Amino acid sequence: MDKNKLLSEQVQRNSGVDVSKCMRCGKCTATCPNYDLMEYHPHQFVNMVENDKLDVLMKSSSLYLCLNCFACVERCPRGVEPGKLVEAIRLEAVRQKENNHLKPDQIVEKLTEGMPQQAITTAFRKYTK
Amino acid sequence: MVYSYYPGCTLKNTAKELDECGRISAEALGFTLEEITDWQCCGGQYTSGKDEIVTKLSSVRALDDAKKSEQDLVTLCSACYNVIKQTNNAMIEDSDMQMKVNNYLKLDEPYKGETSVYHFLEVLRDKVGFDKVKEAVKAPLKGKKVGAYYGCLLLRPGKVLQFDDPENPKIMEDFIKALGGTPVIYNMRNECCGGYTILEDTDAAGRNTSKILLNAEDMGADFLITACPLCQYNLMQNSLSEKTPIYYFTELLAHALGLREKECFK
Repeated sequence: MDKNKLLSEQVQRNSGVDVSKCMRCGKCTATCPNYDLMEYHPHQFVNMVENDKLDVLMKSSSLYLCLNCFACVERCPRGVEPGKLVEAIRLEAVRQKENNHLKPDQIVEKLTEGMPQQAITTAFRKYTK
Repeated sequence: MVYSYYPGCTLKNTAKELDECGRISAEALGFTLEEITDWQCCGGQYTSGKDEIVTKLSSVRALDDAKKSEQDLVTLCSACYNVIKQTNNAMIEDSDMQMKVNNYLKLDEPYKGETSVYHFLEVLRDKVGFDKVKEAVKAPLKGKKVGAYYGCLLLRPGKVLQFDDPENPKIMEDFIKALGGTPVIYNMRNECCGGYTILEDTDAAGRNTSKILLNAEDMGADFLITACPLCQYNLMQNSLSEKTPIYYFTELLAHALGLREKECFK
């Protein structure tokens, strides 16, 4: 089977998201606090998984701009929960060899005074395997 | 009443006031936060992937510890609350997850989601009662207009957390009223502060927090309260506005109960 097709099935299985439920209303993107920084917006993630364009999404910086704020998950009128789909694709990306988005030796330069430990632990959880 | 208390990494470091004011206020209100021994960091963010097992283990260890103590688990940090409660829900709802986690941990007896998880604010609302909190207030916040900043982690996903109405919450407003203050409702109180992306892009988080603070100021807030150290940091660091400071809700509580006086709340 085509690798893109396999990945598409894998991310739907891992996220529990059924992309065929999407009715293209765009509410997920409208409510996303980071939508204007993203190359691909939340509603496009859903559409691109449905059309097996995983190779494009896996390379996109948009994967690391999802705040995990769950606004799209809460507000989707069809219960598609796009945030969980973004998370599942990001997991596929960072699990690849040497594909961590953040490395421990990059941390020192990013630290500022008073930055809570929570910021660092969360970034590691989101950006690395 | 004694609760198993999960402080989390940040409350032992940059958010000590959130922790200390919470503990002393609990004692004054008749309950004790008993710290779980050898707790491990929750990771700060719940990973929703169904095949993510290792990232759930630290939360399950804490939940199992509380189960053995026959106590409910309480957190003060929004992130710990979100991660541990979602993990507990997965252990109840997802039998595959439950089996894999238990195979990995080999506990004395398998953990199946028996522990109840509460945020400190829920304890005040549902166990102590805001009427009792009001009776215990010694220094009411007369004339103070306080904006509650919920952020994401206390509220979403609403189906799992069941903390309050995720789109129109009122628990923190009721808390402010119990302390004698006037709550200020503003529509961005449940929008994201930018979270951990501050590490990569300070501008992005700054844009979110500026909108939130300007909205709160427009609605007349003197200051904001939060339960999340990262929200507090992002709002304080990245705001274009310096007029509206952010405090932990427990600082406000400890002041109102006469336990730790703070000039800015007078």
